[in-house]
Amino acid sequence: MTQNRLHIRGGQLIDPANQLDAQQDLYIADGKVLAIGQAPDGFQPDQTIDASGRMVIPGLVDLCARTGEPGNLSKANIASETLAAVSAGVTTMVCPPDTDPVIDSTAVAELIHSRSAQAGLARVLTIGALTQGLEGERLASIHSLKAIGCLAFSNADRAIVSSEVLRRAMEYAVSCDVPVFLRAEDYWLGRGCMHEGAISTRLGLPGIPSTAETIALSRDLLLAEQTGVRLHFCRLSTAAAVEMIADAQQRGLPVSADVSLQNLHLTEMDVDFLQPDTHLRPPLRTQRDRQALRKGVADGVIGSICSDHKPLDLDAKTAPFSDTEPGASSIESLLPLIIKLAAGDSVSLQQALAAVTCNPSRTLGLDLGQLSPGASADICIFDANDDRLLQRRDLLSQGKNSPYLDWSVSTRVSHTLMNGRIVYQAQPE
Amino acid sequence: MTDKQLQLDPQGRLKHFLSIEGLNRKLLVDILDNAEQFVGVGERTVKKVPLLRGKTIVNLFFEPSTRTRTTFELAATRLSADILSIDIEKSATRKGETLLDTLRNLEAMHSDMFVVRHSNSGAAHLIAANVAPHISVINAGDGRHAHPSQAMLDVFTIRRHKQDFYKLKVAIVGDVMHSRVARSEIHALNTLGVQELRVIGPKTLIPTGIEDMGVHVYHDLQEGLRDVDVVITLRLQHERMEGPLLPSASEYFKLYGLTEKKLSVAKDDAIVMHPGPINRGVEIDSEVADGKRSVILQQVSHGIAIRMAVMSMTMSTLAGQQ
Amino acid sequence: MDINVDNLISQMADQLSARLEGRPEPLMIGIHTGGVWVASQLHELLQLSEPLGILNIAFYRDDFSRIGKHPNVEPSNLPFDVDNRDVILVDDVLYTGRTIRAAMNEIFDYGRPSSISLAALLDRSGRELPIQADVVGRQLSLSEEEHVKLCGPSPLTLQISKPG
Repeated sequence: MTQNRLHIRGGQLIDPANQLDAQQDLYIADGKVLAIGQAPDGFQPDQTIDASGRMVIPGLVDLCARTGEPGNLSKANIASETLAAVSAGVTTMVCPPDTDPVIDSTAVAELIHSRSAQAGLARVLTIGALTQGLEGERLASIHSLKAIGCLAFSNADRAIVSSEVLRRAMEYAVSCDVPVFLRAEDYWLGRGCMHEGAISTRLGLPGIPSTAETIALSRDLLLAEQTGVRLHFCRLSTAAAVEMIADAQQRGLPVSADVSLQNLHLTEMDVDFLQPDTHLRPPLRTQRDRQALRKGVADGVIGSICSDHKPLDLDAKTAPFSDTEPGASSIESLLPLIIKLAAGDSVSLQQALAAVTCNPSRTLGLDLGQLSPGASADICIFDANDDRLLQRRDLLSQGKNSPYLDWSVSTRVSHTLMNGRIVYQAQPE
Repeated sequence: MTDKQLQLDPQGRLKHFLSIEGLNRKLLVDILDNAEQFVGVGERTVKKVPLLRGKTIVNLFFEPSTRTRTTFELAATRLSADILSIDIEKSATRKGETLLDTLRNLEAMHSDMFVVRHSNSGAAHLIAANVAPHISVINAGDGRHAHPSQAMLDVFTIRRHKQDFYKLKVAIVGDVMHSRVARSEIHALNTLGVQELRVIGPKTLIPTGIEDMGVHVYHDLQEGLRDVDVVITLRLQHERMEGPLLPSASEYFKLYGLTEKKLSVAKDDAIVMHPGPINRGVEIDSEVADGKRSVILQQVSHGIAIRMAVMSMTMSTLAGQQ
Repeated sequence: MDINVDNLISQMADQLSARLEGRPEPLMIGIHTGGVWVASQLHELLQLSEPLGILNIAFYRDDFSRIGKHPNVEPSNLPFDVDNRDVILVDDVLYTGRTIRAAMNEIFDYGRPSSISLAALLDRSGRELPIQADVVGRQLSLSEEEHVKLCGPSPLTLQISKPG
């Protein structure tokens, strides 16, 4: 009667949701975690995976990862990017509404859901558009989109210029009981291509001052307070923003935040004319900002880390810097760079892993990203001592626009499971 | 930074001329010394030397400019090279042909050198990084980033009048924010070791963090001009004269326009420079522009000599590689 | 080999005087650097009234594309008009003839002289172009590996070397 029974044996289980970090066996049946540690009575596995010497964690939940479908900025699509995801231990990808066409109609949301079911690899969840076409003028059909499965609503990277429109959108979201995700950036001050500072001055590139983020953030926080909406800020980039969010949280506002992998590892010093993979939105800022963002993760002010994955073709990146399309192909770097971050002394391993498992899941009101009995068996097994350089040819994503090429990493995923089924298994070397 | 690696060959000789940043003092002085030799050529009957005969130079101007283009054309002609000027409207590239496609098509025409002008910073670097190995690239201005040949001709002019850089106080006045000339001049003057470098302008036209490039910032013209030996005024573009950056050309002139009276606090033998074309009554009044301090006209002829120097240096580095 | 350069130059001056008998005063142009040293002395011995011209043939060399050398010496300076004048071109060592070809090309870019005579301190065999000197200090037969160099400006001495 029970099928697909799996026994994952001898691995180091790390599950921040349950504060678990121990060498324990894991038992799976019917696509769910059955037990940890002790085998249930009479349990006969159909398959055993030997995870000795490896780590076993919940499959990663990436709060912002684009598949390129629908859209034509690149050859990437749901099939290619969900494959890249599972090869890197990511079992759930949360897709922002900035597809082409935008996720402001149920047809587009349905397309994404069915394509990802068809590919049968990583789970693709959708965030619906807050305004029609992301234009910032009319409300999108939030209720219908929620009914079809959108878990939250945002305006992606497009600023909502009118405070009136934003206020009404928040109010509508409250009555539909959905959270709103916003990336804070002022439209006028945000017209640049890198952080405004000594380096943008030296390079002669138009800059985006930190105030572009903080001005929008403070407006959005005040409106959130006024409307009572559950607000999540996407991809913070400034130290000042971290302070403002911490402050709001202390005052009891239901505000959460995430940060992108790139802003945790890179700064404006990494920006260069000939490195268009460092052309990003939000921009890479100063070392001080990076430090504050890391501390924000350690203190829990920033609950989640996302890859902000955006696969792009070579054409989109081969032009003078300010003419290139911003974005990095980063989903395959999420796990290795989280581990790298935890190896430093700013963030602990539990915190780092929580930021890509249970925390993002909780922000979406879901029960993913944990190894509790009864939870969906989305699991990643990886070797944490495989020292190598990240190379272009290793990337499975259709986007090779990674700013991390030639970085030394030490993780290699051996197995990824989705709903108790192996969706990725590394080839033996 | 990539500038040094892109521009220089393994022996440290100039292969491409993209920015002053990344070039050491000796190389800058070499350029100035080479230009000295070419100054005389323009005064002969036959204003040519056969140095680059048989070579093809292409002016790739993505941003139109009659002045700069003509100067490069003259410099190429005086070196006996064949020159081709192509004005590529940015909209043409938007029709589908990428920057690099344009490049491949031109390479097929047996070019030896591209002189590139583009409205986006980093364009010349992109081209230099992607061009065939026998071709050198000269940056004739990229966005707000650099205009190295202009900076060199300004520095050449200064050297002809002042000889010793070490004792000089130099002020750059005007729209530094949008000026690639200013950025290149700052690098050049600091590398050559001037005593003090100042930028003077309203806060709206001075970019964030420019002190990191090694300058003192002044918003008051009188204070900024006190005791200077060289004043370089930058051109104010029409579209900047009214709007969020400045209220009007006349107010700009009142506060930052150069007049004899305002220059009285500078050294008696201070020289006044301008990359041209000048806006009389905005950056500078006619009395100064045409007066004894002005070396503006000389800058133009020096521009040809500097470009001849840079073109022959890069071409010879590549010739030496083959 | 001990060669007294000053003596050679005096002899050259005598030969030149003889050639110039009855002709209008010529212009003298020395080729940088050695040719200029020799020409300075000749210029003084012949008591020419117009200043000495200096030619830096760096821009006229035919091997620029091959060697790609940076021209880095004093610029040419001809402080007179060469049109319809007799020119005496002076160099230290005449070898392949390419330097002289370049020098003549450069002179013709300044104007049209009525004649050019060549005075060389040393004529070493090994011509690659049909060029000859009209006045020679001394002829030398050297093998291809041997080098001869004029050192100066004062005193002027010749250095002949053979790479070991």
